[in-house]
Amino acid sequence: METKVDKVKVMNPADSKIPEGPVAEKWTNYKAHQKLVNPANKRRLDVIVVGTGLAGASAASTLAELGFNVLNFCIQDSPRRAHSIAAQGGINAAKNYQNDGDSIYRLFYDTVKGGDYRAREANVYRLAEVSNNIIDQCVAQGVPFAREYGGLLANRSFGGAQVSRTFYAKGQTGQQLLLGAYSSLNRQIELGKVKSFNRYEMHDVVLIKDKDGVERARGIIAKNLVTGKMERFAAHAVVIATGGYGNTYFLSTNAMACNVSAAMACYRKGAYFANPAFVQIHPTCIPVHGDKQSKLTLMSESLRNDGRIWVPKDIEDAKKLQKGQIKGSDIPEERRDYYLERRYPAFGNLVPRDVASRAAKERCDHGFGVNNTGLAVFLDFSEAINRLGIDVVRQRYGNLFDMYEEITDVNPGELANTVDGVNYYNPMMIFPAIHYTMGGIWVDYELQTSVKGLFAIGECNFSDHGANRLGASALMQGLADGYFVLPYTIQNYLSDQITVPRFSTDTPEFDEAEEKCQQRMNKLMNIKGTRSVDSIHKELGHIMWEYVGMGRTKEGLETAIKKLAELRKVFDKDLYIPGDQKGMNIELDKAFRLNDFITMGQLMAYDAINRNESCGGHFREEYQTEEGEAKRDDKNYFYVACWDYQGSDDKAPELIKEELHYEAIKVQTRNYKS
Amino acid sequence: MKVNLKVWRQAGPKDKGGFVTYTDVETTPDTSFLETLDILNERLIEEKQEPIVFDHDCREGICGMCSLYINGHPHGPATGATTCQLYMRRFADGETITVEPWRSAAFPVIKDLMVDRNAFDKIQQAVGYVSFNCGGAQDANDLPISKEMADEAMDSATCIGCGACVAACKNGSAMLFVSAKVSQFALLPQGQVEADRRVRAMVARMDELGFGNCTNTGACSAECPKQIKLYNIGRMNRQFIAAKCKE
Repeated sequence: METKVDKVKVMNPADSKIPEGPVAEKWTNYKAHQKLVNPANKRRLDVIVVGTGLAGASAASTLAELGFNVLNFCIQDSPRRAHSIAAQGGINAAKNYQNDGDSIYRLFYDTVKGGDYRAREANVYRLAEVSNNIIDQCVAQGVPFAREYGGLLANRSFGGAQVSRTFYAKGQTGQQLLLGAYSSLNRQIELGKVKSFNRYEMHDVVLIKDKDGVERARGIIAKNLVTGKMERFAAHAVVIATGGYGNTYFLSTNAMACNVSAAMACYRKGAYFANPAFVQIHPTCIPVHGDKQSKLTLMSESLRNDGRIWVPKDIEDAKKLQKGQIKGSDIPEERRDYYLERRYPAFGNLVPRDVASRAAKERCDHGFGVNNTGLAVFLDFSEAINRLGIDVVRQRYGNLFDMYEEITDVNPGELANTVDGVNYYNPMMIFPAIHYTMGGIWVDYELQTSVKGLFAIGECNFSDHGANRLGASALMQGLADGYFVLPYTIQNYLSDQITVPRFSTDTPEFDEAEEKCQQRMNKLMNIKGTRSVDSIHKELGHIMWEYVGMGRTKEGLETAIKKLAELRKVFDKDLYIPGDQKGMNIELDKAFRLNDFITMGQLMAYDAINRNESCGGHFREEYQTEEGEAKRDDKNYFYVACWDYQGSDDKAPELIKEELHYEAIKVQTRNYKS
Repeated sequence: MKVNLKVWRQAGPKDKGGFVTYTDVETTPDTSFLETLDILNERLIEEKQEPIVFDHDCREGICGMCSLYINGHPHGPATGATTCQLYMRRFADGETITVEPWRSAAFPVIKDLMVDRNAFDKIQQAVGYVSFNCGGAQDANDLPISKEMADEAMDSATCIGCGACVAACKNGSAMLFVSAKVSQFALLPQGQVEADRRVRAMVARMDELGFGNCTNTGACSAECPKQIKLYNIGRMNRQFIAAKCKE
């Protein structure tokens, strides 16, 4: 295992295909001049879409509405179950319905600033531009967004913004948006334009070299998880919409099936992987309670609209809390340290996620944690309940309160103590957890990867969030890519493919790809060691959280690379999978994913060690201000780090820098204080 | 704490299947029920046996993937919660807990506790949508909808499509599921244009797929993890009769 990255290149600026003109006109110009495919030709073209989350389902249905034939794959038993469904809080759009000064430029600016100036300007502007279309689209589908008594749409605030631009459907916005996309998808399935493959998992992407000498993505190998058979699928283009890599850490807010295998398959076939070190750690999750835990549960960021985050001012109070001698509600107002309001007066509890997470870690590192592990802070609704009454607070957050109570046995709406006439309610306990990954497969402005004919959309690409994503922007990006961007940009590629006939899967390239997938499965089955997949995955999670988590150092990252190489040996030599390859084998499927998570972990460590600065979700302890804020290095790291696979998981990848160019925004230090 | 798990094991759709009891599964009151199954599966793997197959994904009560019949109740004893939101503090130390798959003709068993719920997708493919192409929408605020209507539509739309209603029903009826979808669109102006066609198509598809009839027992709503109300069925019946009369 190599630990040093010594190959570095600079990308040709033309490769990112950013259109000419001022940032506000780029997308309009692009659409006006791009190539389109006429209706008769659309019918002759097939597109594979892997994934049915917000990005995958919206892309599949929209491409089918346009007339393309779509093959759509999902790992669950139904497209409706993709993990977009779990998003709680909302979706941003620059509608300015609240007349509070919002605009496309402001959403663009907030997103670039929130991402700590590491996103591609042109992509973010386009995202802000189409955000308004998304809300119109979803309302037309029958998505029951929250409304005011006058019948118009309601909004709330999210972190990193000073306007209310977040649209929501109770605490189930992701579910309602996904069901909207799923309903459009169902319509196209019924019409025969989308063929839906449920309980399938992509194992490889198949590239075919054309007569012009260019390799293009022409299909995939996917495993039927019920029969256990590898199957082949061909198309004129392949779109990957398979989400992020948060489960590399074992414990995250991702669903159990979320994995990085499709993205890793693309990476191994030449698609660059960009900014893997940029991982979002969400500040408001339920703290870890034991080693048998399988996942972490998020408490929506919307709670920070009315909830106040605090730890005790006095270390003695903290010690008593840790020993279980007192409860949070025993500590009166004057002995509480609302540290976000103290440190960031302008944004208070609504600072961006990376800032809130680090601030919680800072307090806990200093011994102020409030539970038995010392790894928790309070999120308190006493002030809100006293101001608004319990009924209003429950109307806003009732389902989240219930969810919290079901898990922890504590009701945050319950009166716990009265001191000097002030009512104190049970606070929630929260702690940061891995939630979202800003890094992903590198894509150009057209959302095409560095492999021709291979596209990546939604969380699985890298493009729009820079080093940190703002709340309620994941839903926006997934739907922007799927409804309003890819269906245009893919045509610029497909217009050259209209004379290419339908592909047979009976070619040497498909033979070889399937054979390799089969060999990989045989290899896993034949290790016949002693360790279960989960036991190794938990170890991977510990290494990642410890050394590639919230606070990173050069030494720690070097240790991580070493430990990951050792873990790979354990995996290769000591893995045990029961059963055989016939039919369903859930352990075999998990082992296949774990192999890719280990590679992903290595990639993250390489990127983190290379980036000698702190920005957004990537915090290198060596690079911070005296006040403990992230210290960027724009002189040396104002680029997207793209990693190019070198033919083996054991070799260090090559670094290709896509240098960033900002025209509309002045790059400056992020400030949420004033 | 320790519990005994009496679990339905079935190698495949054609296998007869039967209960196997696993004794003394070590867990804690703060551990979730699915995590307890994880613990048992780790033990089985250590003993070189095949782990129990069950559907699960988000583990926060929203994806609708988990689907276990626990001690005679879909999603177990908790009200308004899915299996993944069930914690062991609901059970007694030493208790024997019976775990079965959904049992319904329309949901055949795939393996162990995993069933095929594709029939639900097929019902929604029968006009369970607004026929509308991306890109042609008017401004979202050009269509005011009263808060009461929007909230009620949201309550119906909360259905997670898990199939507990079908599993709870002695007739294996999907009326609660179908009526929740029909209601969401029936309550919103966007759904009006196709309202008649929708209710006819969805009910016909439901019948084709082998779901039973409704006899107003109400078990579906009582066991629904999202507490979808029974009056959705009433609303759908009214819609259906009106649409049939117009036909």
